[in-house]
Amino acid sequence: MSGERKRHVIPGEVITSGSYRAEQNTIQVGDNIVSTIVGLSDIHDGSVRVIPLTGGYMPKDDDLVIGKIASHSSLSWTADINSCYVGMLPASDVFGRDYSSSSDDMTAKLAKGDLIAARIVNADMTRDPLITISGRELGKIDSGELVKISPNKVPRLIGKRGSMIQMIESSTNSQVTIGQNGLLVVSSEDPNGLLKAIQAIELIEEQAHVANLTDQVNEMLESKSE
Amino acid sequence: MGGRDTDIVLLDENGIRSDGRKVNETRKVTIKAGVLKNANGSAYIEFGDNKILVGVYGPRDVHPKHMSDTDTGILRCRYHMAPFSVGERKNPAPSRREVEISKVIKEALEPAVMLKEFPRTAVDVYMEVLQADGGTRCAALTGASVALADAGIPMRDLVAGCAAGKAADAVILDVNNEEDQAGQADLPIGYMPNLKKITLLQLDGVLTPEEYKQCIEIGIEGCNQVYEIQKKALQDKFFASGEKQ
Repeated sequence: MSGERKRHVIPGEVITSGSYRAEQNTIQVGDNIVSTIVGLSDIHDGSVRVIPLTGGYMPKDDDLVIGKIASHSSLSWTADINSCYVGMLPASDVFGRDYSSSSDDMTAKLAKGDLIAARIVNADMTRDPLITISGRELGKIDSGELVKISPNKVPRLIGKRGSMIQMIESSTNSQVTIGQNGLLVVSSEDPNGLLKAIQAIELIEEQAHVANLTDQVNEMLESKSE
Repeated sequence: MGGRDTDIVLLDENGIRSDGRKVNETRKVTIKAGVLKNANGSAYIEFGDNKILVGVYGPRDVHPKHMSDTDTGILRCRYHMAPFSVGERKNPAPSRREVEISKVIKEALEPAVMLKEFPRTAVDVYMEVLQADGGTRCAALTGASVALADAGIPMRDLVAGCAAGKAADAVILDVNNEEDQAGQADLPIGYMPNLKKITLLQLDGVLTPEEYKQCIEIGIEGCNQVYEIQKKALQDKFFASGEKQ
């Protein structure tokens, strides 16, 4: 039953009834599948979900996020990851297993206010989510412009198979690191390209609900390049 | 409880109330969602002459820490009347009445919000009554549930509030300030329209069992009308500018 039209729903609204699986942001009440959030309903392969239009970021395993170091203890840093939970970055992740709190200086590696690209390792909600900065494309961010958008609009910014973000990157000659938590770092050699990329991102943030957004963004990118 | 003596005719011979409404008519309700920039969710509601602003924060860290619950998020509500909300200046310190209303609104919202998904966090709801004209608890509850939906807090259903009551020996819907003061009974109802469940029920005054049944019936009908306006407020905010995708 895929391809059914997406519908606007609000909490408590019945999306469908019958033998469907209730997934993201839905609950089953008797025979009905009910939305729990304001968003777009999506029925696909016998399962029902609602794509949220509002709300904050909830950490999920394997998400790439951009965080800001908030503080550190003798064993770990805490990072603000634009969520109701703070990210925990263990010192052993940076210094290796032979980390010793007496000989290694944590602030030398990451100080308060530093930006990091991190991946969420464990977000089981029983404790603050564990993050790591060891891996490709992860680690401290030294340059670039930080842009904040609503976490719900991140999928729109990326587009189908990354089409939207690739278009922005190639036509403005910039690199965009997208955190699933709605924080982005845009960097470019060319200051005009940087500005244009940020404008394009802001346009997507404002117009996320419009249907033919890709064309609109493309138009905007081309018009300014003349 | 016969109500206080008054010069106002609460119900004339044609069945019209002091403010021109019929017995089963609510006041004009308007709701606007998302009116505050700094809160995660907000709503402004006008329920007749009641004007209430609601702001929602969260889920966010719990302070003080000892209040947090490792199994679930917690809901905290504050109902507050501004000093200028009533005729005589109201002391802004929380009164006994405000503490009670905060508590009953919290308990009326709890069955709807699903905070199990956010352990160790709190959702704070601040309701500020700017102008009061009877029935503020129902109006605040109605506004609060729109603000919660605006903040993206998962909810089983919206909660709509509307009072029923008795004045001049007639069962009436949506009791205003005069009818509350001079009338015989006031029965505020909080109701989840899709789940068909009552989450708030209070009674001030005396009703016969028959009148009570009537009050519940028209009260729920009133809640259903209020729900349609809640629904419209959310649709206007989120879906107005874009066509369906």
